[in-house]
Amino acid sequence: MAFALSAERENELDQILSRYPNKMAACIPVLHLCQDANEGWVSADVIAFVAGRLELSTAQVKGVVTFYTLFNEEKPGKHQVWVCRTLSCALRGSEDILRHCEKKLGVKQGETTRDGKVTLRTAECLASCGTAPMMQVDKKYYENLSMTEVDRILDRLLYDGDA
Amino acid sequence: MLKRTDYLTKNYGKPDGWKLAAYEAAGGYRSARKALGMSKDAVIDEAKKAHVRGRGGAGFDCGVKWSFMPKESTKPHYLVINADEGEPGTFKDRTIMEQNPHSLIEGCIIGCYAIGAHACYIYVRDELHLSKERLWGAIAEAKAKGHLGARPFGKDYAVEIYVHTGAGAYICGEETALLNSLEGRRGEPRLKPPFPAQYGAFGCPSTVNNVETIAIMPTVFEIGGDAFSKLSELHGINDGGCRLFGVSGHVKNPGIFEAAVGLTLRELIFDLGGGVLDDRAIIGVIPGGSSCPIHKPDEIVDVAGDPRFEPYNGKSVLDLPLGVDTFRGIGSMLGTACAIVLSDAADPVLAYHNVMRFYRHESCGQCTPCREGMGWIERILDKIVAGTGTIEELDQLSDIANSVMGNTICAFGEGAAQPALAFVRRYRKELEDYVHNGGKNQTGTLTT
Repeated sequence: MAFALSAERENELDQILSRYPNKMAACIPVLHLCQDANEGWVSADVIAFVAGRLELSTAQVKGVVTFYTLFNEEKPGKHQVWVCRTLSCALRGSEDILRHCEKKLGVKQGETTRDGKVTLRTAECLASCGTAPMMQVDKKYYENLSMTEVDRILDRLLYDGDA
Repeated sequence: MLKRTDYLTKNYGKPDGWKLAAYEAAGGYRSARKALGMSKDAVIDEAKKAHVRGRGGAGFDCGVKWSFMPKESTKPHYLVINADEGEPGTFKDRTIMEQNPHSLIEGCIIGCYAIGAHACYIYVRDELHLSKERLWGAIAEAKAKGHLGARPFGKDYAVEIYVHTGAGAYICGEETALLNSLEGRRGEPRLKPPFPAQYGAFGCPSTVNNVETIAIMPTVFEIGGDAFSKLSELHGINDGGCRLFGVSGHVKNPGIFEAAVGLTLRELIFDLGGGVLDDRAIIGVIPGGSSCPIHKPDEIVDVAGDPRFEPYNGKSVLDLPLGVDTFRGIGSMLGTACAIVLSDAADPVLAYHNVMRFYRHESCGQCTPCREGMGWIERILDKIVAGTGTIEELDQLSDIANSVMGNTICAFGEGAAQPALAFVRRYRKELEDYVHNGGKNQTGTLTT
């Protein structure tokens, strides 16, 4: 089925377009909007929709999607967890955090739990070096992590469905 | 010399400290009002007197950059704020956007006026959701109060500010990649010239400034450019004012601290950062983001023939004031002034591996030397860490890094080659130990 936005999101799309001198500049914000409306990923239908609305070729939009790490080309889990692995976090124990997450979720980094609830990923520096180690869950940062805190966060995702 | 200031940070941590009421109670928006009553040339001159060296890492003088914008132009001008903070070890701009967003908005009004722009885009990396929320909130508050929009402060100079979002790419912190990304393209850097001041966003004259550079501008116009510059111990060499310093890694009290320029690494680590974690010895310090070369604490400043360095020659690199030109002078880089500290609990070989993995991951792939070179360096380090590397391969690391240096469209090449070379030079023995002992003398984790 062709991809479409709700009336509310259509309104948001118009607002985004009003900020720029041309339609192409809205490409990344509009892709975010559509990805959020499409269970967290950019399908071929989404690319066709964005290309149509912004008067771009699908090749141009696909080129943007493949360049940036935050556009998912496959459907992710209901929640996405990114463990920062860059130097400042690694100096404060991010490797242990990641291993702990892998064990607790029963997946390797890059994979989604079998019930589709959580996708575990690593991230490069998230500008949270002074509060390392840290991880991002959906749109929220969790900083100065301890293993107990990580357990609490993951339990909420796995059993309550909310961070 | 340690001299704390609180121009940017006075409302940090206070309840609702990021809101307009708190900002105005502390004197906010007086500077933009004042600047809009001055001539554009006078605004640029005042900014030049302040000697604000770009806080994003390149250290270019902000007032001078503004003066590059064409005076006569039929095209619109744009101010673009680089809020794509992602240089490993750097977390200062995020604190401004989350805890003092109005300083950035006020700075944008001043900046727009100075360069003849009526529109400003703040390019925030997507992950910083709270920053985006606070910035949109600050824009709405400023508009409602009449500080922003068609007639800011009743003056006939319209300014609109928009928050634009990225989608996860370190390279978009490079200004021309950022402009491509803003235009809705892949974030690949552009060849220069033409420079953004001639051909920037949407083919129009544009200035790209770092968040902190612009957020400090209200302070410059509040206390005066000259007085601002003189806060700094290095104002004599045109490195003025105060800035945010950060410290992370193996320190007891990591964080962001505001102080006058002239602060040393030793003061940052011990006086502000509370000293080294577990009181261990330092084995290395990266002065300002991982693109800067790492230094050992026993390195001595020795710059012959430059009178600016006479007071520092013979001292430890930890006692050299953190300035753009002081660190450039010793063949290093100040970067973002957010230091990463490695104690002897860290394995420098694994730290090296971690840093180079980052650059391989983030190379945009446009230029062959960088795209292939980063992969080669990472694979050699994979082997060395696994205990299967050879001395010949260890020697190749410097050759590869030197082949990347200067052979790429943007500065990412240098930013990746510098740490690649610095780690080999300073931790050659530790790397050789990995080759000879198969890496089995190590624990396999970065920090014991």
